Amino acid sequence: MNSGTFDPSLYNSGLVYARPEIFLSLAACAILMLDLALNDAQRRWSGVLSVLSLVITAVLVIVQPVSAKIIALGGLFELDRMAQVLKIVILLTVAAVFVYSTDYLQRRAILKGEYFVLGLFATLGGMVLISGANLISLYLGLELMSLCLYAMVAFDRDSGIAAESAIKYFVLSSMASGTLLYGMSIVYGVTGSLDLGEISSVVQNAGIGGNIGMMFGIAFIIVGVGFKFGAVPFHMWVPDVYEGSPTSVTVFIGTASKLTAFALAMRLLPEALGASQPDWSQMLVVLSVLSMGIGSIIAIAQTNLKRMLAYSTISHVGYALLGILSGTAQGYQASMFYMISYIVVAAGSFGMILLLARQGFEADKLVDFKGLNARSPWFAGMMAILMFSLAGIPPFIGFWAKLGVIQAVLGVHIAWLAVVAVLFSVVAAFFYLRIVKLMYFDEPTDTAAIGGSILMRTVLSANALLAFGLGIIPGTLLQICQQALQSGP
Amino acid sequence: MISLTDVLALSGILFAIAVAGVFLNRKNIIVLLMCIELMLLAVNFNFVAFSRFRGDLAGQIFVFFILTVAAAEAAIGLAILVVLFRERSSIEVEDLDTLQG
Repeated sequence: MNSGTFDPSLYNSGLVYARPEIFLSLAACAILMLDLALNDAQRRWSGVLSVLSLVITAVLVIVQPVSAKIIALGGLFELDRMAQVLKIVILLTVAAVFVYSTDYLQRRAILKGEYFVLGLFATLGGMVLISGANLISLYLGLELMSLCLYAMVAFDRDSGIAAESAIKYFVLSSMASGTLLYGMSIVYGVTGSLDLGEISSVVQNAGIGGNIGMMFGIAFIIVGVGFKFGAVPFHMWVPDVYEGSPTSVTVFIGTASKLTAFALAMRLLPEALGASQPDWSQMLVVLSVLSMGIGSIIAIAQTNLKRMLAYSTISHVGYALLGILSGTAQGYQASMFYMISYIVVAAGSFGMILLLARQGFEADKLVDFKGLNARSPWFAGMMAILMFSLAGIPPFIGFWAKLGVIQAVLGVHIAWLAVVAVLFSVVAAFFYLRIVKLMYFDEPTDTAAIGGSILMRTVLSANALLAFGLGIIPGTLLQICQQALQSGP
Repeated sequence: MISLTDVLALSGILFAIAVAGVFLNRKNIIVLLMCIELMLLAVNFNFVAFSRFRGDLAGQIFVFFILTVAAAEAAIGLAILVVLFRERSSIEVEDLDTLQG
């Protein structure tokens, strides 16, 4: 970006690395056009095609040979192992989300092509962000995702609370983007470059770690990143948006956008500002402790399951930040493992709400899960697996994730932080286990049969069993995360 | 000659006004949208100033992208506002209190 001459070959040569993104954007445009030709009875085909194109994109990502970091498209695009793994996870998660959502949307008479097209574009934004090697591509990816999400939250036009949560999400999230940009502009001013690699080498060589201007910029960036994560004290939007938006959108925000926030944090903090690690670690410690504490404690008081899962997300974000703030390769790996395993479990938990929802009935209250075991022992078992995983009880996956981040914190000798993390995970176990108690030991208040298509039931079961399997054999995923971040980001 | 410090002070003040506007405004959602635009413009000021004083064009290219995104953002914000108004016949910030807890 810093050379004055324009060399077109630089831009052409890299296009091959962006093949998955190019395919996904073309597919999204094609589905947008095709959807116009479909009537309401055929609308499901938009969903089928969207899932197909996500799976094909995932295959395109998998076949890319990535041995080392590849910088392409004139320094705007970066393909490394972390990017590859995160892209595969986000694509498959969104595909599962679309499968869960179709029935729910149809029963609510809001099965529109817009949901799938906006979802595809949001995924595209996430992929651009994950591969961003320049502040411009990071920002554009982030905004492409956020703009689609605002519209998705509001797209149930007859729901008053959806519009209210959309405007809250819009105002607060735009403000966070503005703050993030302000931080970026200061970093640009101090280092003189928008390129992450160049920023990193300038910060390292010029020794501007403790520079006051740099501290200022980092503080603004942390506010922006903390907001996108939903970390306390920038969490006020999370519960309202989770509760107010249609559940099919909540699951999207709770999974794909959290993974993107993780990628944003990894690109900006360890990759670009790695040499300023002591500065941003201090700030992340505060966010992390507050998130774990407030998330776990306020979740106890919730009666709405979506709201409870929102506070649970906040506390899980606190744990994921523990790995990042430790500033070691081990910590980054643990954090990545935490985010991926959390997303698998969160997709399943919201999927259960979508499964139990019926015409005019949201199934988002805790009491709606009473006596689920009597109605469907299989799905009660699946929900129990997911709740045990969220609570972090061994041998479920949440346990290995928490163990990893706590080990990372102990590795840099911040023992008090590890103690705090363990204590709050005990507090948090209470409200997950309460759901298990409701399912197994209470009488059902609702005896309707469990709905959902065969496909949805299969994918949801596979999702829960995947969470279970990863808990029994965590080695494979651990190894993937280790390889992805072997030498730091 | 205007110095870099002057421009940075101006953009800092604009940014502060925008943030204060979001938090102090209890009246109208449209004012919130205006504050968000003001915030992005303050950022643009920063980028242009740094770009000018460092002799590096990349910052000004970023400004074009920010302006474009800001336009798209305003369009979506106003669209959500229309949906909200049709539901409640009001765009007062105080009426946004259905979701709490």
